[in-house]
Amino acid sequence: MTTEQILIVAGVLFVLLNIAAGLIWVERRMLALWQDRLGPNRAGPLGILIVLADTLKLFFKEDWIPPFADKWVFILAPAIVVASVLMSFVIIPFAPGIVVADLNIGILFFLAMSSMGVYSIVLGGWASNNKYALLGAMRGASQMIAYEVFMGLSLMGVVMLTGSFNLGDIVAAQKNWWFVVTQPVGFVIFFIAGIAETHRLPFDIPEAESELIAGYHAEYSGMKFGMFFIGEYLGITLISAMIVTLFFGGWLGPAFLPPLAWFAIKLFFFIGLFILLRASLPRPRYDQLIAYGWKIILPIVLANLLITGAVALWLRDH
Amino acid sequence: MSTLFYLSSTIAIASTILVITRYHPVHALLYLAVSFLAVGMIFLSLGAPFVAALEIIVYAGAIIVLFIFVVMMLNLGKDTAQQEKEWLKPKVWLVPSALVLVLLVEMIILLFTDSDQPLKVSVVDPRRLALSLYGEYIIAVELTGFLLMAGIVGAAHIGKHMHTPLHRFLQNGEGKKEKPKPLRPVESLKNEQTVLHDQ
Repeated sequence: MTTEQILIVAGVLFVLLNIAAGLIWVERRMLALWQDRLGPNRAGPLGILIVLADTLKLFFKEDWIPPFADKWVFILAPAIVVASVLMSFVIIPFAPGIVVADLNIGILFFLAMSSMGVYSIVLGGWASNNKYALLGAMRGASQMIAYEVFMGLSLMGVVMLTGSFNLGDIVAAQKNWWFVVTQPVGFVIFFIAGIAETHRLPFDIPEAESELIAGYHAEYSGMKFGMFFIGEYLGITLISAMIVTLFFGGWLGPAFLPPLAWFAIKLFFFIGLFILLRASLPRPRYDQLIAYGWKIILPIVLANLLITGAVALWLRDH
Repeated sequence: MSTLFYLSSTIAIASTILVITRYHPVHALLYLAVSFLAVGMIFLSLGAPFVAALEIIVYAGAIIVLFIFVVMMLNLGKDTAQQEKEWLKPKVWLVPSALVLVLLVEMIILLFTDSDQPLKVSVVDPRRLALSLYGEYIIAVELTGFLLMAGIVGAAHIGKHMHTPLHRFLQNGEGKKEKPKPLRPVESLKNEQTVLHDQ
């Protein structure tokens, strides 16, 4: 491992954790803006120090493990969510040369890590030994397993057109056309599946405050709850980064800005979209979400795969 | 590479032993997940990254989660652990352990007599794997497809049930496939209306 690689790892980690913490402020201000309120505006300029206040509060809260909980699994669960999401960032090319590990199974590694993320919800809900938490875990598990399938299938169109699982190759293949032009269906389905995978509103049925108190993390407090919280924001950043890399040309862009700046602009656009979705859409029912996935999205994504494959073969032969 | 291989093999064996000896089913399943991750790591260290990723996505990421999902719903508590404890008495262990011990001794002897062959690592990229799966081994892939299809049809058959809405407002509306038939005579409905009027 060279010094450069260590610097990249440290830099990526530093920037990501700061983005995740900063999103607390961004989200609350944006939601307030769209709901005709002011939002947090007291601590520091524009209220940005709310991030610091929130973090300090989480650190000093009592970190309580319920006596009826399964202690070790209870402690393990919040660590899994942050670890699995941070591991996924390993494969993302932020700019030419700025990538932690240029794996030739890039997309598969991302899918593997996102499937590890299910454990945090299932184990958190189960170890809490609480009815609401268990209901949340049950919903979370079925939602995430179902939408993982569509997420994987929606990416295969991109893989077919590129002929590689490597994210660097995928970015390079978008020199002429972004894949959102050639794979619009894949993009829409990946976006929907991404929201479901990060269990953000409108698909936040595993935690659904109005039905399940806080769902799978109802029993968590202090920094363990903070881990779930940060994990969610890291998840949004991850899905946005994947959308940018796979469908919107990654760091490609006109030359007047450096590649990293293009990546950041596109990334923040999609993070903003995630927050806007939270502000504007109602939550579907649990059975509606699952039925919608298997009865509508699955046939569409399979048809997309078939047509993409046929066109790719035809283009190769002509 | 061979250090990584031996390290992850040790983890795989240790966690698999823990799967068998844990009394609590969810803890056992967690060790099984660790075991699958270790097996994925073994594949990676032997130069099969594609198989490693699939091992993690399919086994650790989907199948074990489904197992935990089911076990979670069964609400197994201390009683089950107690029952397991009674089933797994030392007497039960004796014969299987003796048999496995013989195998272990055999393996150790083999390792030390035939050790001049080094661990051969050749990286197989996804493209080559795909070409051999859909070229040379196409019949095996198709047969697996048949097997999975049979499984899906069976599951669909077992899971199928007539949807009978319990709420009277829904009985003629959504989710009703067969011919709607009145669940109770019209007389009783009339009576209900009169009761309502009385209030």
